[in-house]
Amino acid sequence: MAKTTKRHGLMTRFWHWLNLLCIVILFMSGLNISNAHRFLYWGNYGFDPADAWLAVPRFPGWATIPDYYSLAAARDWHILMAWPFAVGLLVMWIAMLVKGRFWREMRTTPKEWHPKAIWKDIVEHLKLNFEHGDAKYNFLQKVAYGVVLGIFLPGMIFTGLAISPGFEPAAPWLVDILGGRQSARSIHFIFSWGIFAFFVVHVVLVVLAGPIGQIRDMITGGKLAEKADNGDAQ
Amino acid sequence: MNGTIGRRGVLAGASMLFLGACSKVADSTVGSHLLGAAETWHKKVHRSLADRTALAREYSKEDISPTFKGNGTLNIDTPEYQASIENQFADWRLEVRGMVDNPMTLSMDNIRALPQRTQITRHDCVEGWSAIGEWTGPQLSTLLEAAGVQEGANFVVFRCADRFSQGPYYESVDMVDAMHPQTIVAHMLNGEPVPVKNGAPLRMRIEKQLGYKHAKYLTAIELVASLDDIGEGEGGYWEDHYGYQWYAGI
Repeated sequence: MAKTTKRHGLMTRFWHWLNLLCIVILFMSGLNISNAHRFLYWGNYGFDPADAWLAVPRFPGWATIPDYYSLAAARDWHILMAWPFAVGLLVMWIAMLVKGRFWREMRTTPKEWHPKAIWKDIVEHLKLNFEHGDAKYNFLQKVAYGVVLGIFLPGMIFTGLAISPGFEPAAPWLVDILGGRQSARSIHFIFSWGIFAFFVVHVVLVVLAGPIGQIRDMITGGKLAEKADNGDAQ
Repeated sequence: MNGTIGRRGVLAGASMLFLGACSKVADSTVGSHLLGAAETWHKKVHRSLADRTALAREYSKEDISPTFKGNGTLNIDTPEYQASIENQFADWRLEVRGMVDNPMTLSMDNIRALPQRTQITRHDCVEGWSAIGEWTGPQLSTLLEAAGVQEGANFVVFRCADRFSQGPYYESVDMVDAMHPQTIVAHMLNGEPVPVKNGAPLRMRIEKQLGYKHAKYLTAIELVASLDDIGEGEGGYWEDHYGYQWYAGI
């Protein structure tokens, strides 16, 4: 009974904090790796900065793991944390599909996609009105969580695998659908900043919505407001 | 203004605490063991997902990159190597030695006379860039079969003519990669002798791993039971001196 009245299930909470640790280390070690060759290309090959579609700035030590330039040590961290990140996401996805959560909680209706409706949601957010209605998440939350869970996070794993020359013989089609190894590397970089953008917005909204309560609920599970008067919720 | 600096200060402070914790973990016994183990898990998964002889992607002529970037050593500043360039490597010798029944010393003519494999493959540098080129040379397995690998030989060490600041370059692979059909001793790139910047006259191609495994300026192929007594024991120049991963398939 207690499980159904929790705002966040045990697995969601465990995954949330594990995933935070993974993403922070993967992102910061990734910035160190980026410093090794700061140019991004499209297609199968790319080595000449003149052919790059983007010259990435050099990331300073305070933003990278380790805090000095070391491609070897950064790769160690990246290679290690890829495991809990990928396995955690896989388990989470299986659980979401089995319980039908993704469909139930992230599904949007055509009406919500009307430009006027989207604009209204944005305005309400800017007014700091985070009314959910009767659904667990409002439209913008559904889109944000849906894109992060459905595209950015799994996309990081697939593009990461595609960059790996030892993995490629197992699934050469993966490199093909991503448009070649250098395209996969570019998408890996773009998605990482997509996740960073989500992280920033997520933290800002948590701060605005009352950080102590939000963080407490993500640790203890919290209570669902509409079920708060259930005696057994305690 | 002060607010901005304050916030930035807090961020930088939090980042420094976190970075400090990371380096503590990396320096601890358990941490460094874990970092090393993760590399092995990747290797095992890679090798279980595909057949061990599964080929790296081979491209067509149109896919070849306009040039092939040289990296690391681009020329060797010794009178011996410069003399070899002069005589078009007629004096170059490749030794096959160590745990073999018939140690061999091969000239460039000997190598060119062996059955050849030509493959257009993509070269992925650990730094992140890629180039595509057509490589030609005998398969390493041909040389190893001719030399007769002894029971108990687990690794192939590649000795090179070039030196870096910390010592001579070398690399190594295990027998799975050594016997892979695309593992060749290349003497041609894009139909020409391998250029000096790309490792003339001989360089290894280990197509399922990153560029630093593809030893250039190759002088000897050495069969060993263990890597412990080679260099600093980590299996390669970059592995020994800079902590690079021995399994470079990631």
